[in-house]
Amino acid sequence: MTATVTAPLGIRAHAWGFRHAGRRAWAIRDLDLTVDPGERVLLAGPSGAGKSTLLTALAGLLDPDQSGETAGSLAVDGVPPARIRERIGLVFQDPESQLVMARAGDDVAFGLENHAVPADQIWPRVEEALRLTGFPYGPDHPTGRLSGGEKQRLVLAGVVALRPSLLLLDEPTANLDPDGAALVRQAVGQIVAETGATLVVVDHRVDDWLPLIDRVMVLGGEGGVLAEGDPGKVFAADSERLAAAGVWVPGRLVPPRQSSTGMREPLLAAERLTYTYPGAAGSAVADASLTLRGGEAVAVTGPNGSGKSTLAMMLAGLLTPTSGVSLAQPALRASLPDLPRRGRRTTFDRPLHRWPANALVRAVGTVFQDPEHQFLTPNVRAELALGPRMAGSSPAQASARVDELLERLHLSHLAGANPFTLSGGEKRRLSVATTLATEPKVLVLDEPTFGQDRRTWLELLHLLADLRDEGHAVCAVSHDLDFVSALADRELRVRTGQLVAQKVASGAPGAKRGRA
Amino acid sequence: MSIVAEPLVDNPRAPVARLNPVTKLAAAFVVIVGLLLTGDAVTPAIVLGAELLAIAAAGIRWRVFVRRLWLLFVTVGGLGVSTLLFTDQRSGADVLDAGPVHVTTGSLLAATAVILRVFAIALPGIVALASTDPTEFADALVQHLRTPPRFTFGALAAFRLLPVLGDEWRTLMLARRARGIDAGRSPVRRARLFASGVFALLVGAIRRGVRLAAAMESRGFTQRPDRTLARPQRLRAADGLFVAGTAAVVVGATALSVVLGTWRFLFW
Repeated sequence: MTATVTAPLGIRAHAWGFRHAGRRAWAIRDLDLTVDPGERVLLAGPSGAGKSTLLTALAGLLDPDQSGETAGSLAVDGVPPARIRERIGLVFQDPESQLVMARAGDDVAFGLENHAVPADQIWPRVEEALRLTGFPYGPDHPTGRLSGGEKQRLVLAGVVALRPSLLLLDEPTANLDPDGAALVRQAVGQIVAETGATLVVVDHRVDDWLPLIDRVMVLGGEGGVLAEGDPGKVFAADSERLAAAGVWVPGRLVPPRQSSTGMREPLLAAERLTYTYPGAAGSAVADASLTLRGGEAVAVTGPNGSGKSTLAMMLAGLLTPTSGVSLAQPALRASLPDLPRRGRRTTFDRPLHRWPANALVRAVGTVFQDPEHQFLTPNVRAELALGPRMAGSSPAQASARVDELLERLHLSHLAGANPFTLSGGEKRRLSVATTLATEPKVLVLDEPTFGQDRRTWLELLHLLADLRDEGHAVCAVSHDLDFVSALADRELRVRTGQLVAQKVASGAPGAKRGRA
Repeated sequence: MSIVAEPLVDNPRAPVARLNPVTKLAAAFVVIVGLLLTGDAVTPAIVLGAELLAIAAAGIRWRVFVRRLWLLFVTVGGLGVSTLLFTDQRSGADVLDAGPVHVTTGSLLAATAVILRVFAIALPGIVALASTDPTEFADALVQHLRTPPRFTFGALAAFRLLPVLGDEWRTLMLARRARGIDAGRSPVRRARLFASGVFALLVGAIRRGVRLAAAMESRGFTQRPDRTLARPQRLRAADGLFVAGTAAVVVGATALSVVLGTWRFLFW
């Protein structure tokens, strides 16, 4: 059975722009864009270049009357996209907020029902879409039990079942581990090969998509197009300029930043950490033991759902383990400011999960995957001062520390801004800065490079490497292989809750492949 | 990962699973109407007996069912005791007279009537909801009761996000601890932490809801009047018979009670 498709759609934009209601700056403006029917285009560009806004508009989902102001013209197949919405499919980044139904087949059928496809044709089309996306289970499989990559393939199936003539993908693999991401790209390849639909993909990470696309378009931060054309030629000719603008340029090497100073004393030791979620059959993490040392960067890797974040939360003393302990070692205790003698003994001898939070933040800093989870105050300055205040610093000390961090993480110009209004890269920098505010010697980070453009990515790499070389212990949970190979001195792999392998980086300068 | 309720029915061919969800609701409604204003013990006893027979034949997993009912048992027990002690039906012989505690055969009968009635009314509703898959329930509501699809399936999608809220709550609390904030032993700080967590959870839920709505809209979820149904729910003859049978049991029980002279209107 082969998928049938109506004629692919072309796109034409002239001097197009959009400004969200209530914003002074245009999200995107002065865009000229032509995509021929059946063409496969990758849209790249730094955070905030308006890529997602453009995709939403192309899908006919931007309502200018309600959500903002448009300029110029944008047409799909010669008409406003809202008029032919049924022929356009859009996949977003987060699969969790795109699945509607409890069973896989029902979810794919949802769009078909909405399009009033007769009931007897629905299930054959569901089967076809599941096959086309390589979905590994039957239609009765519960959507709640799928991994991230499987969920995203199911979302793709739900869109493909509608036989779109134009397929729009907004960073469809950003939330996924490398294996899951590869399978999603493979499914996209299969879909465009069989249906011939026009494809527009938005993604920071360019080189993974290269085999699938005909043309690349790089949008600039101020609107307009930075570069456009055959991917090979564009990146060869403009690599310097594009990289400076925050675009991931394929094949650009970055010197790895393995430890230059060597390891020091142990700061934190975890013994047989185990965690079982209430009501769950098996444990999410079982018997994980590891030691973090000053001057060392450790990466924890593994597929989505393998328990690596749970492990990190226990290691950092945030989550109470079902059994096992995470203990501060003498060198870490020595770094902590004096507490009253008795309090110092009793608190610091306990496992980390039993420390009061205001003592914990002086020893271990944790950066969450989603920075917004950590923001608690109305402006950047207050956000940075919160940790020191909780930990008992004097206002003068706190204020000096805040100024130092604003400077170091290039946030000074945003001191009065609301944390929730910052860009993705700024939010990430702020969340790291808030953690550093209480000067912890151990840093635990959950997917720090998630969704970041090249500029922020490099800043994070160098910041963490500098901190490590100053004597901090850095532990990063990540499925960003480039980041791991550039930063980590040691890699721990987790699979289904077990620490399964350890790899020590060679560390020889220039020996490893990285990119910038 | 979140806890998923253990299914009440594990065999999809069990009689209760083959009934249309709307049928189960209708039958439960018949029982409510029939017993709401009945005050005696005989009528609900007969109806409850019939219900237990029906449940026994329905293919329900008893152990799971009884575990689900613990709250009902507690509630009904409390109701029974308070009726026993405070009812104004003090007729009949004294059973127990110990100071303020004064129990007669009349008050025993009143308490029994309350217990039987609440059980007889509650059981069908609980079985109807607990034995029905939410998706099929939504399908049947849209198909037979003509509820608006936009509302019904919107609510269904929101329902699916509930377990995600549990995970989100845990993350928010961990993130607060990571910022140096915990309740310690202070109940005031605990309350403030809870309030700020709830607010953050709501903000997050709204954002997630907006994203879900956009995804649903991009898959054509609008007001289209000719929307089709992938899982047509059929009303069979058995569904009609079941509702008719339920009505017959309720009417028959009431008639029998009247004939026996035991029937009583609730407020007489």
